Amino acid sequence: MRTALSAFHLHRPRSLTDALRVMREEPATVPLAGCTDVFVALNAGTPPGTHYLDLTPLGGLARIAEKDGVLSIGALATYTAIIKSRLVRQQLPMLVAAAREVGGAQIQNRGTLGGNVANASPAGDTLPVLAVAEAVVVLRSAADGERRVPFTSFYTGYRASVRHPDELIVALEFPPVEGKQWFRKVGTRAAQAISKVMMAGVRSSRPRLALGSVAATVVRLPRAEAALAGGASIDEAVRILSGEITPIDDIRSTAEYRLAVAGNLLRAYWRDTAVTVLKSD
Amino acid sequence: MRLTVNGTPVEVDAPPMKRLLDVLREDCSLTGTKEGCGEGECGACTVLVDGVAVASCLVPFAQAAGASITTIEGLGGNHPLQVAFMREVGAQCGICTPGMIMAALPLGPKPSLAKVKDALAGNLCRCTGYEAIYRAIRSAWGEQAPT
Repeated sequence: MRTALSAFHLHRPRSLTDALRVMREEPATVPLAGCTDVFVALNAGTPPGTHYLDLTPLGGLARIAEKDGVLSIGALATYTAIIKSRLVRQQLPMLVAAAREVGGAQIQNRGTLGGNVANASPAGDTLPVLAVAEAVVVLRSAADGERRVPFTSFYTGYRASVRHPDELIVALEFPPVEGKQWFRKVGTRAAQAISKVMMAGVRSSRPRLALGSVAATVVRLPRAEAALAGGASIDEAVRILSGEITPIDDIRSTAEYRLAVAGNLLRAYWRDTAVTVLKSD
Repeated sequence: MRLTVNGTPVEVDAPPMKRLLDVLREDCSLTGTKEGCGEGECGACTVLVDGVAVASCLVPFAQAAGASITTIEGLGGNHPLQVAFMREVGAQCGICTPGMIMAALPLGPKPSLAKVKDALAGNLCRCTGYEAIYRAIRSAWGEQAPT
């Protein structure tokens, strides 16, 4: 451990109201859920702050429920809870697929969906799924109460979002998803590897695609989507896709490799989802 | 803060952000739990919190308050998994072994190979290789521990 921990302040709230009050009074507060990202930073000697707010006493934020066709997954729902949830398995199998590839069991047991969104890494495993599912981020603050932001406009740049400093992510909401769902993560190893590239897709008359780890944020691919919706060949769609993303060289991979894999993933999505669509047509 | 470690209630005075790993090793003198990578990748520090496998290097002490923690010491030395790891030579240097056994513990008796691989996907071994480890876990419950 390369961080002196005794100087840190940790608040354990009694209620959501109490938590939101802390966020208002000390906006530099770092919320804690499963700690699978924050403690990596602490262990490396790069603490993200000195004031922390432990959300885990707020058990109500772990709820997974459906109301009027909208699936709501509380910010504190763990990957394990998502994998086990019958509602999620029925409505969002691609989210279950993504949750299964987040680390090993030890990480899945602790990491949360809200934490994946809040951490805002372009390599966040669930984020392409949230983008194609057209999820809604539910935010709360003491000052403004609750507001809803479409996930596709939540991030504004690398690790930057529209979340106000005093707001907490309380849930993700998902409208019904029509069409066949698809997810694939490419990394060095199935578990315990941060992805090189991942893609989520929904195959319907309005194909939807999103890629992770190929740009500063998770990205939807509107031009490739429009091409496929308009009947373009898969070769043409792959060509368009390569103009839509801006992968970089980093410690995990190279831009060239990511570009090639992104194209391969698009082909795999199109091939894997084809049969069902023909049947349902 | 109070917690239960291997069935015994204990009271520990430590900073709330201290890692559960360090609380166990330094404050409870339970050094069976190892630190490998310190970033949740290797599984060496795996313990059970209320029966659930976690990487104790990523758990603040405050989040373990009131919980029941099980470490390798809690298995006593003659647990079927420990005996099977010895019999099948599921360890060489041994650093990963406590974490491997704790990750396997929630599986219960006679798990399928797929379940074993799933449960241990977050545990790295750099010398034994995984075959002997998988064999130990799958056979552990088939034989009685020596009495």
